[in-house]
Amino acid sequence: MTSDVQSRPNTADATRSRVLRARKRAIRRELEGLAFVSPAVLGLLLFTAGPMVVSLWFSLTRYDLITKPVWIGFGNYKHILGDKIFKLSLWNTAYYTFIGVPLQTIVALAQALLLNMKVRGVNVYRTLYYLPSVTPTVASVILWLYIFNRNYGLINSALWTMGIPPIGWLSDPKIVKVSFILMSLWNVGGRMVIFLAALQGVPEELYESASLDGANALRKLWNITLPMISPVLFFNIIMGFIGSFQVFTAAFIATEGGPANATLFLVLHLYRQAFENLKMGYASALAWLLFLIVMVFTSLQFAGSRRWVYYEAA
Amino acid sequence: MTRDRAKATTSLAVRKAIGQVVAYTALTVGGMLCLIPLYWTFISSLRPSGWELTFPPKWIPEYFLWENYVNAWGSGPFLIYTRNSLTVTILGTLGSLATSSVSAFGFARLRFASRDVLFAIILSTMMLPSWVTIIPKFVMFKEIGWIDTLYPLWVPAWFGGGAFYIFMMRQFYMTLPVEMEEAARVDGASTFRIYLQIILPLTGPVLASVAIFSFIRYWNDFMGPLIFTNKVDTRTLALGLRFFRNEFTTSVNLMMCASMFMTIPVIILFFAAQRYFVRGVVTSGLAGR
Repeated sequence: MTSDVQSRPNTADATRSRVLRARKRAIRRELEGLAFVSPAVLGLLLFTAGPMVVSLWFSLTRYDLITKPVWIGFGNYKHILGDKIFKLSLWNTAYYTFIGVPLQTIVALAQALLLNMKVRGVNVYRTLYYLPSVTPTVASVILWLYIFNRNYGLINSALWTMGIPPIGWLSDPKIVKVSFILMSLWNVGGRMVIFLAALQGVPEELYESASLDGANALRKLWNITLPMISPVLFFNIIMGFIGSFQVFTAAFIATEGGPANATLFLVLHLYRQAFENLKMGYASALAWLLFLIVMVFTSLQFAGSRRWVYYEAA
Repeated sequence: MTRDRAKATTSLAVRKAIGQVVAYTALTVGGMLCLIPLYWTFISSLRPSGWELTFPPKWIPEYFLWENYVNAWGSGPFLIYTRNSLTVTILGTLGSLATSSVSAFGFARLRFASRDVLFAIILSTMMLPSWVTIIPKFVMFKEIGWIDTLYPLWVPAWFGGGAFYIFMMRQFYMTLPVEMEEAARVDGASTFRIYLQIILPLTGPVLASVAIFSFIRYWNDFMGPLIFTNKVDTRTLALGLRFFRNEFTTSVNLMMCASMFMTIPVIILFFAAQRYFVRGVVTSGLAGR
């Protein structure tokens, strides 16, 4: 091509115009592509990136919605880190997350394994198992309030028939977080479906050859199923952690953070600071600390995942 | 010899039968755990007030007071709540469908320089806690006079509908063969026409999945209404239910009826469209990769 140009200089113009045309086409392609993805990109700018920048700025100010934000540097962050209520809410959230997410993952996986069995009528069961996840959160929280009720709730009356004295599921500060975790276990259908889809993608031949080698069900689970679905397991754990750190609705409706602040979770604290006390700067700083915590844990998990997540060579 | 073989096959059959019994038992126990709370809500909604103090609770319904539903409906502005929930849900779902599919088409089928970076950024927003952006959004909606209106609840849906739906649709679009598209291009069809007339008609199943997921998401949304609306006129069912509970703490039966107002529509939708739930997840390619 180059020698061509050198030997016949009069074609240089043609090459240049070809390059120009190619560039024009690339620009047109770029604009067309951007036009198609523009709803998503505008949404990103308007409802995510823009608000993030503003939130970061708010977190460095004192702001009550009525008067203009006043710059106070890292004042909010310093205040938060010395705040006992914040530490308590962080502890409550960590407790709920680090005990809850592993249990939720195990329950979701167990459900998916059950629903992946090749037995007649399994589709009916799949429907039943997913039903709790479509139940509106508010409705299910109200329902659990009565199930957990100390005096006439379903659980305590079942225990009573076995001669066990009533437990203050939502009134005992030592137990209430456990109750919240139990409540969350009822709602793992979304993760179950993701597991189920992954299980259906595991090739049958792997199990067959393992059977020929005399592997029992437990070995197959450990040596075939879990490695094969490990990317999905990882996804569910990550999303579980991120969601769990934002636990809010149940505490807001059922216990209002009580008893004795035992269910005062990070986000409930944030909500109150922002929308009840109108400390928008302080609450924004809380939000950024939440984000920071989530990011640190997510990246730790990504780093650790190299050791156990198995990606098929594509 | 033959007797041995017969023995072996019977023991195999027995083992298989035992396996089936264990499987069904496990499935049924799990299914009951999932169902009991909903069953309990339902039978509680049909009982006279004060029933909740009967101890121990009765599992088999003795009362069928359907008029509880009429009373509950009359005890709060449920018509307004339902109308608001429907408005938000329908407009939110339509917006998600329209804009996530067109954006996903761009990310899946067009080649342009900034595509992969933009897609990665949008995908990463799935991990961002929504609480980071909620305060500036509140201030923004306040500035333009949208607080105590339904706009903050559904307008954002018209901007891509959220990373998850874009991701789901993109994964689906990527599986479609390019030949038809190329043929149409040779015939001189514009990209938008290719999207509208060739690609979109093929995406029925994934559109259905996104429609159902987003219907449930907007119907069940609690945080949005809680933060952006306050007046009775703009409350959705989710928020109305919370206020109803604060007012009628003692009428458990009416409370349960009110919960059912909100739960029944999603359950009906779920039964009508259940096959799209699992399929939506499968096509999203979360399985395996």
